[in-house]
Amino acid sequence: MTSAAPSAERSLRNFSINFGPQHPAAHGVLRLVLELDGEVVERVDPHIGLLHRGTEKLMEARTYLQNVPYLDRLDYVAPMNQEHAFALAVEKLFGVAVPRRAQLIRVLYSEIGRLLSHLLNVTTQAMDVGALTPPLWGFEEREKLMVFYERASGARMHAAYFRPGGVHQDLPPELVDDIYAFCDPFLKVCDDLETLLTGNRIFKQRNVDIGIVSLADAWAFGFSGVMVRGSGAAWDLRKSQPYECYEEMDFDIPVGKNGDNYDRYLIRMEEMRQSTKIMKQCCEKLQAADGQGPVVIEDGKITPPRRAEMKRSMESLIHHFKLYTEGYKTPPGEVYAAVEAPKGEFGVYLVSDGTNKPYRVKLRSPGFPHLQAMDFMCRKHMLADISAILGSIDIVFGDVDR
Amino acid sequence: MDDALKAIGDRALASLPGAVLAVHESFGELTLEAEALRIVEVLSFLRDDPACQFICFTDLSGVDYPERDKRFDVVYLLLSPRLNLRVRIKIATDEATPVPSTIQVFPAADWYEREAYDMYGILFEGHPDLRRILTDYGFDGHPLRKDFPMTGFVELRYDDQEKRVRYEPVKLTQEFRQFDFLSPWEGAPLPGDEKAKGQ
Repeated sequence: MTSAAPSAERSLRNFSINFGPQHPAAHGVLRLVLELDGEVVERVDPHIGLLHRGTEKLMEARTYLQNVPYLDRLDYVAPMNQEHAFALAVEKLFGVAVPRRAQLIRVLYSEIGRLLSHLLNVTTQAMDVGALTPPLWGFEEREKLMVFYERASGARMHAAYFRPGGVHQDLPPELVDDIYAFCDPFLKVCDDLETLLTGNRIFKQRNVDIGIVSLADAWAFGFSGVMVRGSGAAWDLRKSQPYECYEEMDFDIPVGKNGDNYDRYLIRMEEMRQSTKIMKQCCEKLQAADGQGPVVIEDGKITPPRRAEMKRSMESLIHHFKLYTEGYKTPPGEVYAAVEAPKGEFGVYLVSDGTNKPYRVKLRSPGFPHLQAMDFMCRKHMLADISAILGSIDIVFGDVDR
Repeated sequence: MDDALKAIGDRALASLPGAVLAVHESFGELTLEAEALRIVEVLSFLRDDPACQFICFTDLSGVDYPERDKRFDVVYLLLSPRLNLRVRIKIATDEATPVPSTIQVFPAADWYEREAYDMYGILFEGHPDLRRILTDYGFDGHPLRKDFPMTGFVELRYDDQEKRVRYEPVKLTQEFRQFDFLSPWEGAPLPGDEKAKGQ
């Protein structure tokens, strides 16, 4: 700029900046190398892996039961949904189905996980574009949901609650009542959040028509979950490839029209309402007579016997000892099991060689392909749109980096 | 469901002779074994064929079998939202032989191929930017290979005197404990029990 007379022909150079690794709008540890032409983004190069913990390697050296807690640490915003995919993969290898009460509990807690994740995402996305109140309201509800996690599993986040063969412990009846009582007031909170955001002029200016993805691109980029629904596909694994007892639940799949940030926000808000609807149905079914019964497969081959039984019966003691030392051996083979996690399709590709440890676990996290498309989605947008798009694709780094 | 999978498998086998080598079905999932050099053709067919329409690239992962000649499997997982089906395509390769990159078919393959390169050292020919993705800048080795120790080779710490991060060889205060709980009496016959099998 210090050169002599400014002429139209002076050579211009694009400007490169680092966004992150520590940036409040990066939702974790993301380093984006941005190439800017003025304020227009020409290229985005996300550098990920700053939270890489080698989960897949660690899982190869541990038994199936020991692996369950690693799944919590992927998408730590909705831990049980990840465990669910792993449990389904192991159960698929064994060819077993869990008892009905366990299925209902799993569905109930998967939907709680969806609320946890969507609440965090919607509110922090609002914060990224300048609103401060939504996170304060949203986190109050998340706190209540985490108490439900804690009352079921003993841990607010890293629950290790969905285990192959069922869930770890039964829910006390008061907890089911409390979750039911949470549902209706929560719908009011959703309405309140919407009054802050949906019609808000600033929120709309920052999100409408930003980060548009066509449906064909969404599929080719491996998108799933809200990201394809925002682009207009009525695709939800809970409906299209139902697992557990989703088939008997009554709920709707919201679908977007424009594939922009704002549609994705609206879908997440509606999904929270639908999840609440599913939670209420689960609570009712859990309280009904046919919702009672065991919460694990009780043959003692995958899941250890109850502690009281273990103290009395010799056979249970043997099972208990074997399952907590050697673990169980899965049949050899390879399976892929996926669940509709809040962020999209979370899948586990499990290769078993017939021993008590997985030979290979590939964790297919939804955030990985979504973040990959940052370059495609952000090109020719303004610098300020980066954080809006990043907020809208719903990234958690535990999940992307594994 | 199974008929639909079988139809896809038969169709791929018939339409791509020499490229699709075998078709298996297990656990209700379809696996195609393909010729590594023709993977682009296989994926393009599965994406474009009106009876398949596997338009969503779900996953790519490597698997290491060190005892084999071609030690790596590259496993592609595609989804057809129209048919509501998934298909898995497997190809085999070794450390030195590159596999054709499939970015031109599915842009999503980009990072997945970088990940497979990072974790296993599988090379992808035609990938525009085959950098490491998940491991540290300047990392050495391919951590998901079976011959890579779980504890790795280096550890890092912040050196307060030099005011920088230093890499040092891993020092374990205690030997890594890898318990083998597999029952010794399963598999090998017990002494004196050799004749039991014939019964």
